[in-house]
Amino acid sequence: MDSNKRIRIIVDITKLIITILVSCGLVTLIVLVTSSDPVNAFSSFFLGPFTSVRRIGNIVEAASPLMFTALAVIMIFSAGQFSMISEGAFFIGTLGAMMIATSVPLPAGIHPIVAILVAGAMGAAVALIPAVLKMKWQVSEVVTSLMLNYVVQFFAIYMVSYHFREISSSSLASIEFKDTSILPVIIRGTRIHLGIVLGVILCIITYFLLYRTTFGMKLRTVGNNAKFAHYSGIKVTGIMVISQVIAGALAGMGGGAEILGMYNRFKWTTSPGYGWSGIVVALLARDNPLMVPLAALFMGYLNVGANIMARNSDVSSEVVQIIQGVMILMIAAEALLKKWKQKMIVKAAKSEAGMKGDVIND
Amino acid sequence: MEAKREVLRMENIVKVYSNGVMANKGINFSINAGEIHALSGENGAGKSTLMKIIFGEEQPTSGDIYINGQKTVITSPQLAIKLGIGMVHQHFMLVSSMTVAENVILGVEPTKGILINMKHAIKQVEEIAEKYNMNINPKMKVEDLTVGQKQKVEILKALFRGAKILILDEPTAVLTPQETTELFEELKRLRDSGYTIIFISHKLNEVKELCNRITIIRHGKSMGVYDVKTVTEQDISNLMVGRDVILNIEKSAPKIGKTTIRVSDLTIIGENGKHCINRLSFSLREGEILGIAGVEGNGQLELVEALTGLRKYNAGSIEICGKEISQCNVKDIRKLAVSHIPEDRMTTGAAPSLSITENMLSDKISSNSFSKHGIINKRAIKQYGIDMVKQYQILCKNPDVSIDSLSGGNIQKAVLARELSNNPKIIIADQPTRGVDVGATEFIHKRLINMRDNKKSVLLISSDLNEVLGLSDSIIVMHEGRIAAYFPDAAKITELQLGGYMLGIEKQSEEEIKEVRHGQ
Repeated sequence: MDSNKRIRIIVDITKLIITILVSCGLVTLIVLVTSSDPVNAFSSFFLGPFTSVRRIGNIVEAASPLMFTALAVIMIFSAGQFSMISEGAFFIGTLGAMMIATSVPLPAGIHPIVAILVAGAMGAAVALIPAVLKMKWQVSEVVTSLMLNYVVQFFAIYMVSYHFREISSSSLASIEFKDTSILPVIIRGTRIHLGIVLGVILCIITYFLLYRTTFGMKLRTVGNNAKFAHYSGIKVTGIMVISQVIAGALAGMGGGAEILGMYNRFKWTTSPGYGWSGIVVALLARDNPLMVPLAALFMGYLNVGANIMARNSDVSSEVVQIIQGVMILMIAAEALLKKWKQKMIVKAAKSEAGMKGDVIND
Repeated sequence: MEAKREVLRMENIVKVYSNGVMANKGINFSINAGEIHALSGENGAGKSTLMKIIFGEEQPTSGDIYINGQKTVITSPQLAIKLGIGMVHQHFMLVSSMTVAENVILGVEPTKGILINMKHAIKQVEEIAEKYNMNINPKMKVEDLTVGQKQKVEILKALFRGAKILILDEPTAVLTPQETTELFEELKRLRDSGYTIIFISHKLNEVKELCNRITIIRHGKSMGVYDVKTVTEQDISNLMVGRDVILNIEKSAPKIGKTTIRVSDLTIIGENGKHCINRLSFSLREGEILGIAGVEGNGQLELVEALTGLRKYNAGSIEICGKEISQCNVKDIRKLAVSHIPEDRMTTGAAPSLSITENMLSDKISSNSFSKHGIINKRAIKQYGIDMVKQYQILCKNPDVSIDSLSGGNIQKAVLARELSNNPKIIIADQPTRGVDVGATEFIHKRLINMRDNKKSVLLISSDLNEVLGLSDSIIVMHEGRIAAYFPDAAKITELQLGGYMLGIEKQSEEEIKEVRHGQ
């Protein structure tokens, strides 16, 4: 392997480890400052998730939606776009799946498939809006997607409140899903459902799409230098739009899989924010779809740990939000470890120059 | 000659960039007061890096810098300016909507209370300009200036900030011969007034004419310092590349075939309503290299963009191999076997963080040899990368490293590999050797001539007059969007003649220009 690549991998991994260590250190600090029973809080947070099969299952369950949104983020970022629509696309996906699950009678087996496909289609449709606005009128997709996320959230809640609401329930909840629509649990004793398998398959498909197809190569070319892509005869705006539509479909399917796998009613009063966490997971996975499951599991572990800690001790689960913030900062911090990296590169370059010294002096 | 006082000395400068490229490998460099010192070397040899280190834009990995005998660490361009070092970049750093005087005083404004003392500023700028005989009006807006005048503003800027050492990075690349002469006179005057000038250039005749001493750099190492009078151009060239380079371009007589591109009454109106191209007509034929000479900004860019589908045109027509292309996009035109070597390889010609192989494939990934049903053939692609790197002599660790780790000349070879491996009928080569070292230039020239000998059409746009004259079979001179002159035989004209037409001093008659349409 060439030395630059090796150095980059070493630095990346070290950076990841430092990021995780700092995150953990931060949790420790917060707990020490705020808790009257820190030992209990620590063990709840760090060890809690592994104390039972059910809890280990929880980690996987928490990772499942993040895989979908992270893939969506990777799709969009690889094309050089900055649409934040995976949040909205995920939520509209839950709405779409809910509508099919409550109102369309279909045989078991086919029912969840149709529901998830509809969820994906609705996610794609939502993602298309900022993409087209940019293509037609050069409106910044960052702004439109962020605004649209709110529209989507309130639209979904409106639909549930006024058209699918369970009248007998005191809190907001949709009518119950038909039994045929529920995604089956695949590991007994947990709630790990078929949706996670779909997530893993989509990770592989997304990787294949990005690195083994002509479309993927064109997409990465556009993402790297759109002007060059245009000059090469690639239809740049088309690729940008398609990447966002695919991303919307991925996130939307995630929403569908999540609601059909974990719930039997639509109960959210605000979006669960998986779209945002998806960005963290995508960054942790270094934009590599094959790394997404691991990164999602790690985030899942943190979420579950925080929940257990909140239940068992006096530290609240919002700690996780702080950790996420710190991780984004650290991963995005280009300068971190830069000096060390530079030193290694200098050493490698010098030893190479030494080897070829005779040739140079010729 | 006055006593040789050393004003700047660099010892054992080593610079390793974060992408692992070792640009300088222990360079020693020293200049004396009151001399014009040439710095020559192939691209990627490390000249620019060395100058960036002097100007504080880059920090050396190791090595020492002495200014007037004092060891100094130059941490920023601000400090460099304070130390009396001024730099004129190849790409001007000017605010085009401001006046000359405003640009010159930017950041060091003379003030009157809290207001800028504009009157005083204009007077100061006028004084300096007059002192060194630089004819320029401080009240003019920079956007209205010619390239040569803009360069003067850059020099004034450096002088105004008290520079005693001036670094000029390939200053003549954008100038006409007349402007170059003017610049040289100014530089000589500056030298005689005690300024020290570092002159970076590939153009050996200019070095011979202007400079006192020369430092030659090859592969990040100094190849020695010479008195310019004692070395010949051939010597310098040999030291730069380490082997004999044929400075004259050798080619046989052209075998002209049928017309491949026919441009008739082409008109392009720019964003500002100006006619970039004004009723332009010419034709390009098989087996010929048609050169387009002209000062940059006289419609060459727009013409190339129209020919390659990157820009729509307002009136007239372009026929490529008999097909009118007004409704064609880039892909359609590429399908007509048109290759395009773009002017700026980094912004248009490459995706910097993709691999060399991916960069060489961007236009043909969908072809059957590299993919089936949208799925890429990894093995074929890998083999293509290896073959191209070998065939086009691209110096790299392997074809999978990102293209931005290469030097300019090698990136250009990769661009060439992509564009010429399509079996094109027409090659539009826009500044194919700009900023490329002597070795790569020779390689690129040979490839283009080889294409022409194989009955391809080559349209060469170049601001390097030597290149246009040496490579072309016939030449068009463009001025203000029109053809100012057409020379059916490039061998019969000189640089100076071209210069007159380029500057619009001379213009051929309609009859002479009509020749370029070859009776159509």
